[in-house]
Amino acid sequence: MAITEVRWHARAGQGAVTAAKVLAEATMAQGEYVQAFPEYGPERMGAPLRAYNRISDKPLTMHCQVTDPNVVIVVDSSLLGTQDVTEGTPEDAVFLVNTAHSPEEIAEKLGRPVDRVVTVDATQISIDCLGRPIPNTPLLGALSRATGLVGLDVLLEDLAVNLKKKFPEKIVQGNIASVERAYKEVKGI
Amino acid sequence: MSNLKNWKELTPGAVIEEAGNAAEYVTGGWRTYRPVLDEEKCIHCLTCWISCPDTAVIVRDEKMTGFDYDHCKGCGVCADVCPKKVQAISMEQEGK
Amino acid sequence: MGQRVAMTGNIAVANAMRQINPDVCAAYPITPSTEIMQQFSSFVADGLVKTVLVPAESEHSAMSACIGAAGAGGRVMTATSSQGLALMWEMLFIAAGNRLPIVLAMANRALSAPINIHGDTSDAMGARDSGWIQIFSENAQEAYDNLIQAVRIAEHLDVRLPVMVGMDGFIISHSIESMELLEDEAVRDFVGEYIPNRPLLDIQNPRTYGPLDLQDYYIEHKRQEYEAMKNAKSVILEVARDFSDRFGREYGLFESYRLDDAEVAIVVLNSAAGTVKTVIDALRADGVKAGLLKPRIFRPFPADEIAAALSGVKAVCVMDRADGVNAVGGPLFPEFRSALYDSNPRPMMINKVFGLGGRDLGLHHVREVFAELQTIAETGKIETLAEYITVRN
Repeated sequence: MAITEVRWHARAGQGAVTAAKVLAEATMAQGEYVQAFPEYGPERMGAPLRAYNRISDKPLTMHCQVTDPNVVIVVDSSLLGTQDVTEGTPEDAVFLVNTAHSPEEIAEKLGRPVDRVVTVDATQISIDCLGRPIPNTPLLGALSRATGLVGLDVLLEDLAVNLKKKFPEKIVQGNIASVERAYKEVKGI
Repeated sequence: MSNLKNWKELTPGAVIEEAGNAAEYVTGGWRTYRPVLDEEKCIHCLTCWISCPDTAVIVRDEKMTGFDYDHCKGCGVCADVCPKKVQAISMEQEGK
Repeated sequence: MGQRVAMTGNIAVANAMRQINPDVCAAYPITPSTEIMQQFSSFVADGLVKTVLVPAESEHSAMSACIGAAGAGGRVMTATSSQGLALMWEMLFIAAGNRLPIVLAMANRALSAPINIHGDTSDAMGARDSGWIQIFSENAQEAYDNLIQAVRIAEHLDVRLPVMVGMDGFIISHSIESMELLEDEAVRDFVGEYIPNRPLLDIQNPRTYGPLDLQDYYIEHKRQEYEAMKNAKSVILEVARDFSDRFGREYGLFESYRLDDAEVAIVVLNSAAGTVKTVIDALRADGVKAGLLKPRIFRPFPADEIAAALSGVKAVCVMDRADGVNAVGGPLFPEFRSALYDSNPRPMMINKVFGLGGRDLGLHHVREVFAELQTIAETGKIETLAEYITVRN
């Protein structure tokens, strides 16, 4: 049974829990079994938090914490200095970091091989497409390209359906555009 | 307790199906003193009626008519609250 | 037939309540079950249910309102956790003693002090002798399915006892998992229309609830309650059979996972059972005959069935995510050990208290427990009868 485990590093209020939920819904739509769960600590805006996904082609029964994820997503690169984002990860783990820096620079900082690090400036993309820094959605586009964990078409379909329930068309389209742009612009593939 | 129902015969949850069946429980035998009404003196102020803890004062057409001796326990509250100028209720020993 | 969704345990439970459409819900919010009533309140506000929602000023009041509403003849539900269940304690016995079929969704959480909002079963264990039927759930799907079945179990005329349905706080209540929601119509048909038994609102036949019951009657009424709890076992199985016929998912008094030929086995409630299954699959691939008994029903306690299922196992570890602080072991241990007392053969048994206050039970912890059981099975010797694990020593 192939299980992919994902760990999200973010600050409370940056939408990482929502992103983990969208990833769960989209991969479920692909026919996979999914889990998405945040690590609940002191829930204060700006506090570092972690969220997790498990994705598998077989039913998932374990309910323990994710300790050695295959994929690590860093939603806020300022966390690289304060959080050990490599904790527990195997040597071949993929790191997706929201930053304007190159994969080479981040790989050096993490002490990991450059071919396992991808970067995307999701904050800038979000500002351009939505007028606000909400990097979680474009990161899903970059994740799709970097890992193939979720298909771009499935992801866009899920966002179109679910965002439409809460937001006006302009915001839905902005989100979709940001995902498409991050898919194209992700560096280090 | 041999005439009481067994657990299979009782209603579940101790629900009592006969509402107000407390009236069937005759407590008049607990009395040592019984209240006796002097109809000549009674002014029908009904102070005894509102004071009786066993609703044993019988009132008909807003008139005090006597006592329900099946449920009066002989506490004497009625005689005590009867106005001093009236004193229409006296307590008399049972069996005398 | 149903709809595949990714949702949290809390939202799944709230949807079960929407589909059940109870007459009255009285509740007071408490983490981690808050989201159940929050979501259900939205369903009420949106007119998706006809439920009268009573936001009470405490859990004691919430359960009191549930008792009143159930006595009046309503189908009644509520939700709570931890201190909330503890504050209901006095009223739990009254709900059971009055034989009112209230259904309570419980997101299991540690009891204070020290204050902790995370998952363990110390809240449920505090209520295990209250006369309530107790059902436990491994994941969101089971919490949803169990709540729907709980209504039929509670209302069955041979039972008429309240039912609490547990799932682990946060680990299940706040985790999104893939599961199946049944169709609204199918759930409505399954639970059926509620026929109140001796309701107070039947004004043509006035009756009294909650009379004084002294030496002359009290024990007879307790004897009835005992009988109802005994009856619950077959009713639970009957309801599970109908559920499986209609929806395909099987439920019993407990789940046996690869237990038939097992030489070593773990007994554990709720979400940790899933983690144990993952380890069992890996051990079985290595030729280790490991198995699991996951209790679904803790009250009534299915002692005979448990004895039959575990009798042939060489070594069993009963794992408690709660400690009764009797200085011996967790609350499940003495009951499971006692259930096997008359069995021949009978397994050697140990106890581990684990995961209190939401402390993670990792795959490696479970592997260590199985390794210890293998040693016990081989040597016939127990080193430590009961101890804490997942703790810094």
